[in-house]
Amino acid sequence: MSGLSGFSSVLGAWYDFRDLNNLQRLITEWIAEWGPDWIASIVTGVLGALAILGVIGPTLLILIWVERKVIARFQQRYGPNRVGPKGLLQPVADAVKLILKEQLAPRSADKLLFFLPPVLIFVPGILIWGVLPFGPRMSVADLNVGVLFLLAVSGTAVLVLFMAGWSSNNKYALFGAMRAVAMSISYEVPMVLALLTLVVFSGTMSVNGIVEWQQQEDVIFILLFPLSAVAFFFAASAELNRTPADISEAESEIVAGYHTEYSGMRFGLFYAVELGNTLVVSGFIATFFLGGWWLWGLDQWVPSWIILLVKTGAVYFLLIWTRGTLPRLRVDQLMGFCWKALVPATLLFVVVAFVERTLLISEGWDTTVALPIMAVFNIALTLGAVMLFARVSRPAALRRPARIRMAGAEIGGLRAARQVASRTEEPQFQVGGD
Amino acid sequence: MTTADDTRSMMDDSRLAMQGTIEALDSGDGSEPVVVNLGPQHPSTHGVFRLKVTLDGEIVRDAEMRIGYLHRSMEKLAEERTYTQNIPFTDRIDYLAAMSNNLAYCLAAEELLGVEVPPRANAIRVMFAELQRVASHAMANGTFINDCGAWHTPLFHMFRDRERVLDMFEMTCGARLTTNYMRIGGVAFDLPDELLPTLEQFLADMPENIANYEALLMENEILHARARGVGVISPEMAINSSLSGPVLRATGVPWDLRKANPYSGYEDYEFDVPVGEQGDCFDRFLVRMAEVKQSLRILRQVIDNLPDGPWLADVPLHARPEPGESYARVESPRGELGFYLVSDGGPAPYRFHCRPPSLINLSALKEMSIGGTLADAIVTLGSIDIVVGEIDR
Repeated sequence: MSGLSGFSSVLGAWYDFRDLNNLQRLITEWIAEWGPDWIASIVTGVLGALAILGVIGPTLLILIWVERKVIARFQQRYGPNRVGPKGLLQPVADAVKLILKEQLAPRSADKLLFFLPPVLIFVPGILIWGVLPFGPRMSVADLNVGVLFLLAVSGTAVLVLFMAGWSSNNKYALFGAMRAVAMSISYEVPMVLALLTLVVFSGTMSVNGIVEWQQQEDVIFILLFPLSAVAFFFAASAELNRTPADISEAESEIVAGYHTEYSGMRFGLFYAVELGNTLVVSGFIATFFLGGWWLWGLDQWVPSWIILLVKTGAVYFLLIWTRGTLPRLRVDQLMGFCWKALVPATLLFVVVAFVERTLLISEGWDTTVALPIMAVFNIALTLGAVMLFARVSRPAALRRPARIRMAGAEIGGLRAARQVASRTEEPQFQVGGD
Repeated sequence: MTTADDTRSMMDDSRLAMQGTIEALDSGDGSEPVVVNLGPQHPSTHGVFRLKVTLDGEIVRDAEMRIGYLHRSMEKLAEERTYTQNIPFTDRIDYLAAMSNNLAYCLAAEELLGVEVPPRANAIRVMFAELQRVASHAMANGTFINDCGAWHTPLFHMFRDRERVLDMFEMTCGARLTTNYMRIGGVAFDLPDELLPTLEQFLADMPENIANYEALLMENEILHARARGVGVISPEMAINSSLSGPVLRATGVPWDLRKANPYSGYEDYEFDVPVGEQGDCFDRFLVRMAEVKQSLRILRQVIDNLPDGPWLADVPLHARPEPGESYARVESPRGELGFYLVSDGGPAPYRFHCRPPSLINLSALKEMSIGGTLADAIVTLGSIDIVVGEIDR
């Protein structure tokens, strides 16, 4: 009996599924017995990077399949179902095809700048995973300025996109690149402001710290700051070039945007990074606003990274859903929505967060009582702000309803048109309007 | 008459106007407008159509249409074939509305030959013309939403309906797109036994499908933002440009040949002509949605009053009409589709001319898209619902 408990204590120390970090600690301790500290930190860092690369690759292949299947179901189709069981090997077949395809480059392209982007785009795409906490101690680099790192790294990607668009020497690509830059600059602002709300309120810039704050206070941030969550979701989907904000690679307008000229695996790399970014941003939305690896004590029983993956999957599904449902906004509408709606709204909530934080800390309000009140207040404020925006910002063209009338007896030109229009009865149907 | 000199001076004028536009755009900071070729290979030109736009940033300053990439010389070829042999050509003119094209050509040929069409054939013709309208509008609305940037979802939903219509075409005449079903003096085959039950089921299912599209699209704020007030054309301008079909009716002009100049017994059916108010892209979309409902209404009446009897009049296969000319027009899903035939007494038409609604509706695209953004021009092009096969012939 004592032997068994001793065995399980040994097992528990290094082989606990709930926290893969134990494995890393074991290695660190083993190295510390014979070597200096820096070897240990390098070894664990490399291990973490390898683990992330090893996880992302297969995950992306599955994600391509998931996205295609889900979109197909939205569209009353079967989706891929020929290669492998249930079509699961379709992404592998696609990857093989892309690798075997010829890599074309336009004759007038800037060769160096044209070859670099598909490779460079991987750097922010991988770095950004470093600060995503999969568990209490499970992040490759638990930086105390993790939020800043996240924003900085995600902001660099647009340079690579512009490089790709500019060097292709193609007008569609240039338009796509210009749109990508304009959108990235615009949507970084509400993104930063939405995260600033959380940073101000929880008092930490560490990503893991924000999760731990939610754990301590028994609340998830989407309840406290719903508008920040929605703004972050929309800004993120804009940064990720997904409908309704995929203007920088709008298929019906500019063919494929900045990667129009890329063929074969070069296009495949852009595609893979885009998908990976979608996944990691879903992960960050889950971390910041849905409590990350924590779920009201369930994380005691279920491995924390599984909780995070489930929440990430839910957010990812939401992204697929919006993509499968909504048409695309126009460039000016998208920019206008950012600067006229998202920025003021998120700024308002930064102020609200300052005030509420002051009440909690300086005035010493009891959090168990104050937080529910604040949540209700903030939700009401969010609904009010959204309704006010919907009322105020509607363009004039949308304020009149679109009416369809039925001409029965009248047939002819302008005179008949005036007769139909002057009829006083209600139109057959009308949509829109205030 | 326009002489070659006139044409040349008109071209010079337009070139000067173009230069004027470019000079007016020169803001003095060394920037200049960009000319972008949309097409002939582009995801949203609906075929091989080329639109050359001059852009100032994202704003369209000039749009020039280049057509002819799909020219198949049909009108000339038709002069070498008998009247019956020409029917398959009409399928391929507007390949999304083959039945309507068959019908228009057959009407013209019948007028030339003085043939009386049996009542059952007329009812079958109306049935298939309206089914074709449902299928064609499904395609038009689906691709229009796609041009607005949706990820194919409404398109695939609407294709489901179109697929069922094409199945009915297949069970009747063996072909889905290029039907070649109508003949001079009637239709080629009688309705098969399984058609009417299938059609009944289709009519029973469609209201729910249409309600689904309306729930998904009608109140969609993004669609409103993209299509309302975009590509506006006034009723006066629409009439002056000789527009027809949903593009004209969206401006509020109640002009429908099925009412104005009934053919094939349309005067016996009850239906309304939906008209819009503002003449923008969204109204065109709404008019098409409403027209599908009216088509279903007509189909219901056709089934209920289907006469018995022969479905093809006794017309010689190689008819030689008296010298003369004829023009017949029908309301195709895209607008007024007319065929003009001239006979010199021989077995083949001396002249075979088609008035394609797509080409004439397209002529207003420049008017509609200048001043809007590039994205608006694409949406406008989608809302006109062109078929390049019909434009170039």
